[in-house]
Amino acid sequence: MSTIKFILDGREVEAAPGETIWQVANRLGIEIPHLCYSPKPGYRPDGNCRACMVEIEGERVLAASCIRKPAPGMKVQTASERAKTARKLVFELLVADQPPRERAHDPDSRFWQWADRVEVAASRFPKDVRPKPDRSHPAMAVHLDACIQCTLCVRACREVQVNDVIGMAARGHQEKIVFDFDDPMGASTCVACGECVQACPTGALMPATLVDEAGAYTNAPDREVDSVCPYCGVGCQLTYRIRNDRIVAVAGKNGPSNRNRLCVKGRFGFDYVHHPDRLTKPMIRKEGVPKSDVAIDPANPWTHFREATWEEALDRAAEGLRRIRDRDGPGALAGFGSAKGSNEEAYLFQKLVRTGFGSNNVDHCTRLCHASSVAALMEGIGSGAVTAPFMAAEQSDVIIVIGANPTENHPVAATFFKQATKRGAELIVMDPRGQALKRHATHMLQFKPGRDVPMLNAMLNVICEEELYDRQYVQAHTEDFEKLKAHVKDFPPEKMAPLCGIDAETLRTVARKFARAEAGIIFWGMGVSQHTHGTDNARCLIALALITGQTGRPGTGLHPLRGQNNVQGASDAGLIPMVYPDYRSVEDPATRAFFEELWGTKLDPKKGLTVVEIVNAAYDGRIKGLYVMGENPAMSDPDAGHARAGLAKLEHLVVQDIFLTETAKYADVVLPASAWPEKDGTVTNTNRQVQMGRRALPLPGDARQDWWIIQEIARRIGLDWNYTHPRDVFAEMTKAMPSLANITWERLLREDSVTYPCPAPDHPGEAIVFAERFPTPSGRGKLVPASIVPPAEEPDEEYPMVLTTGRQLEHWHTGAMTRRAEVLDLLEPEAVAMLSPLDLRRLGIAPGEKIRVATRRGRIELSARSDGAVPSGLIFIPFCYAEAAANILTNPQLDPYGKIPEFKYCAAKVEKVEAEALAAQ
Amino acid sequence: MSGHDNGAPVAQPTHFEFTPENLERAKKIIAKYPPGRQASAVLPLLHLAQAQHDNWLPRAAMDYVARMLDMAPIRVYEVATFYTMFNLKPVGKYLLQACTTTPCWLRGSDEVVAACERKLGIRMGETTPDGMFTLTEVECLGACVNAPVLWVNDDFYEDLDGPSTERILDALRRGEKPPIGPQIDRQTSAPVGGKTTLLNVKREA
Ligand code: SF4
Ligand code: SF4
Ligand code: FES
Ligand code: FES
Repeated sequence: MSTIKFILDGREVEAAPGETIWQVANRLGIEIPHLCYSPKPGYRPDGNCRACMVEIEGERVLAASCIRKPAPGMKVQTASERAKTARKLVFELLVADQPPRERAHDPDSRFWQWADRVEVAASRFPKDVRPKPDRSHPAMAVHLDACIQCTLCVRACREVQVNDVIGMAARGHQEKIVFDFDDPMGASTCVACGECVQACPTGALMPATLVDEAGAYTNAPDREVDSVCPYCGVGCQLTYRIRNDRIVAVAGKNGPSNRNRLCVKGRFGFDYVHHPDRLTKPMIRKEGVPKSDVAIDPANPWTHFREATWEEALDRAAEGLRRIRDRDGPGALAGFGSAKGSNEEAYLFQKLVRTGFGSNNVDHCTRLCHASSVAALMEGIGSGAVTAPFMAAEQSDVIIVIGANPTENHPVAATFFKQATKRGAELIVMDPRGQALKRHATHMLQFKPGRDVPMLNAMLNVICEEELYDRQYVQAHTEDFEKLKAHVKDFPPEKMAPLCGIDAETLRTVARKFARAEAGIIFWGMGVSQHTHGTDNARCLIALALITGQTGRPGTGLHPLRGQNNVQGASDAGLIPMVYPDYRSVEDPATRAFFEELWGTKLDPKKGLTVVEIVNAAYDGRIKGLYVMGENPAMSDPDAGHARAGLAKLEHLVVQDIFLTETAKYADVVLPASAWPEKDGTVTNTNRQVQMGRRALPLPGDARQDWWIIQEIARRIGLDWNYTHPRDVFAEMTKAMPSLANITWERLLREDSVTYPCPAPDHPGEAIVFAERFPTPSGRGKLVPASIVPPAEEPDEEYPMVLTTGRQLEHWHTGAMTRRAEVLDLLEPEAVAMLSPLDLRRLGIAPGEKIRVATRRGRIELSARSDGAVPSGLIFIPFCYAEAAANILTNPQLDPYGKIPEFKYCAAKVEKVEAEALAAQ
Repeated sequence: MSGHDNGAPVAQPTHFEFTPENLERAKKIIAKYPPGRQASAVLPLLHLAQAQHDNWLPRAAMDYVARMLDMAPIRVYEVATFYTMFNLKPVGKYLLQACTTTPCWLRGSDEVVAACERKLGIRMGETTPDGMFTLTEVECLGACVNAPVLWVNDDFYEDLDGPSTERILDALRRGEKPPIGPQIDRQTSAPVGGKTTLLNVKREA
């Protein structure tokens, strides 16, 4: 399409196809007032407020420039007397109903700024009756007396975040913004993404932290710092809004993965950094306090620990590690790094273990989330990262989401999926549990827990038998197709239907849809990976994408949704026992020689132990010393009772964290570390986007930077390290990691985000990879058949139900941060187990009653919640609640390839805790 | 809900579903629209639900229609609150909707309203204790030529004044159905007092 030439304020200008008059004017630096229009990505113009009117020659009435597109030769005047007078009148009408500016909810709102510019301060019109405030939501203040009915919040909720909570009810004078059926916001289905608050131009919707009880703006930020969200792998960019060195609010920033959007955790879950439980002093376990005694209140650790100086604590920490290494050899030490720290910290930590401890016993929680996905991807396509970012869903016409609940765990990624369905893409959701995406799905396959392989093999069978595979692609880009084809012959949908619980017709339909899609993409989560057959599950998904040719093009690909904000980066940086940075094997002599040269020391040629193996080895006494940085295995490891016993047996445990976690309670030395908003560093999200996090706050008390602590330990165990800033570390990483080519610290400071691989210093990075060849020895993708392996522990008479674990929207992981974020803990304050309404009735349990859930490994007590999304026979427990840790129950059986435990399936029983028993407690 | 609501919260039933006959009707209505455009059926389905449910729409019915049409509930709420024809709380057996827009007002709608209020002992927006009558105010009903107009359930009573309004209410209370249309000597919308134009035109054979 060609451009449109027209006359704007007397000069000839050109509009791109689809551009509005307002956009052209804005591009050329001509300001036009606007209220109901937001130039932010995702907001369509609505043209309802008339603040943006301009005069068009030959037209009787003024036109709303935000929605009006120019025609060739059109003569537009943006600032004619008539247009200016009319716009001024619009403001005067609106000002009439506003609360007085001295008491405005936001006196600097976009509304008031424009009112100033058009020189309207008062109104001649009478004031209408205004709605009452609604302060029912813990995070957001609703004062519709300032509302101008611009409907930006409706578009925010409905079209940008696709949550469908806000609406414009009634009409005429009665017209009003409502949440659901005019419910108080706090009682509505609002998921507290805060998009509406960010969009509102008047202060009618505000973060509750910025206004006082009467709704006056009393807590204005005094500075802002750009960074990245510390929670999930989506990697939303955000701006911390700070007053007196405390974060008072968070705004979404236009990052490539979030386009100004955030979820409740990123937007409202920031105050954990200021929680009184923060560790601010180095601590040493008191003489004579046994490790078995962990009845410690994190707010008052002085019953079990004593304060120490940094000198003493660091000496003590390092001395213990040195002693064990020199006495029992490098194999007696291990380290857990963190997927919550920066890339630089992860790199330093693995370097410390490899060069200082002398072994490869270093791992982190990737083992517990996507290790099996990575194992299958490495085997199949030679790379463990995603082949396409989740934004690729914008170009897909069939989207599969399997074993993932993105609206809760990757909420901002979910907005892209939901938007895609609005555009007409078909969404196929596969998960034993129902979920919010169900409403947007074309097909919802609630298959039997743990029966992924029969379901996926049946789909592969259909594609092979009906010859729906992409012949050319298979020939050019894959190997072992015949083997796969022969294997899946035995898995016809009719035979698999009773196993997986999905009827044959549906299996055929979805297989055909995906195979025939112009562009199909697969997203998966831990429902796929956290099984003893997790690697097999991922193999099936890889085969599905490869034989249908659904990779390497826009809108296609394989995308395991990574959990932690920096699990991709921490894995890339080498926090994995089998590989050095960039996934290069520790057993490969050439690679080892490279790193020995780079790091100036001999390296251990053997693979190290994984997370669960290390804990087991601690239990057996083979591992005697452990250094844990920012991880919480006492909560996150399967069979946590056993894991805790292992931790208690350690001769020497050093924990570096921001809170006294359940793990830190077993420590000999506790080192108070830095929270994410207190540090400079880079993180890498699920899309392979390396992003810059900036220090926004001073450290509390005596807490120190993590990189500094790691270096101090390194120096004390004989390493000569002299980094002065994370940027020095990043510079070294670029030497060790070819994946970081063309990405520098300075560039990240400038651009905030660069995707790897990146072919040139001015290239944004390659979002979609492997169009030509895969990084495997043959250049082809390997098709690996998967057989049916039942879950390791099936229900039986004694333990008749299936327990599955996971996360909730409001809480992050083991809850160390989110349980200390006021809004989040108010929204989800107590440990709950979700059961089907049917099972609750059968067991005679009322919602809210206390129940006991037991497995062969332990028992916990918590409240029952009725959840229609949970099928009968299943129990779902989020693992974030220390008071009822789900992992006390889970099965530590490992997937043989990825060494990931089966968090998603074990046999359990449920019983009601009788009132007398409760009273007796 | 705002717009319609003035006062106490409404006791909402927890459940709603179409009767088998209405379900059949609903399916036929939905089938009129092209695939993917079922949402267009929202108005007729809400009418059907209201007719089935004592002439008012509980929230459960709106949620039910939303599910049936694959719409977000909020979009159904928006529609239901936009149109005054949907009653969002219980109404009397007879729903009296008095037009008070300018033409009706000039022709005496104040008297019609006053007659209702006096006769029934209720104010605008209220329902009689016996559940017989609900009185509401509406904008122009498009029948100005017969102003003032009172809309009772499915019928218009036209050319009213105070006494004729009272007569109608009395009849309704007795369980009768007074003749609908103009309440003065007038044929539908023909001029009051008989024809004034086209007096000599012969009907063509
Ligand atoms: S916070 Fe998010 S979900 Fe809640 S009403 Fe606003 S936009 Fe909708
Ligand atoms: S609450 Fe704010 S965003 Fe929503 S319509 Fe009112 S002024 Fe606009
Ligand atoms: S900004 Fe254009 S009509 Fe509101
Ligand atoms: S004004 Fe009453 S019907 Fe038109």
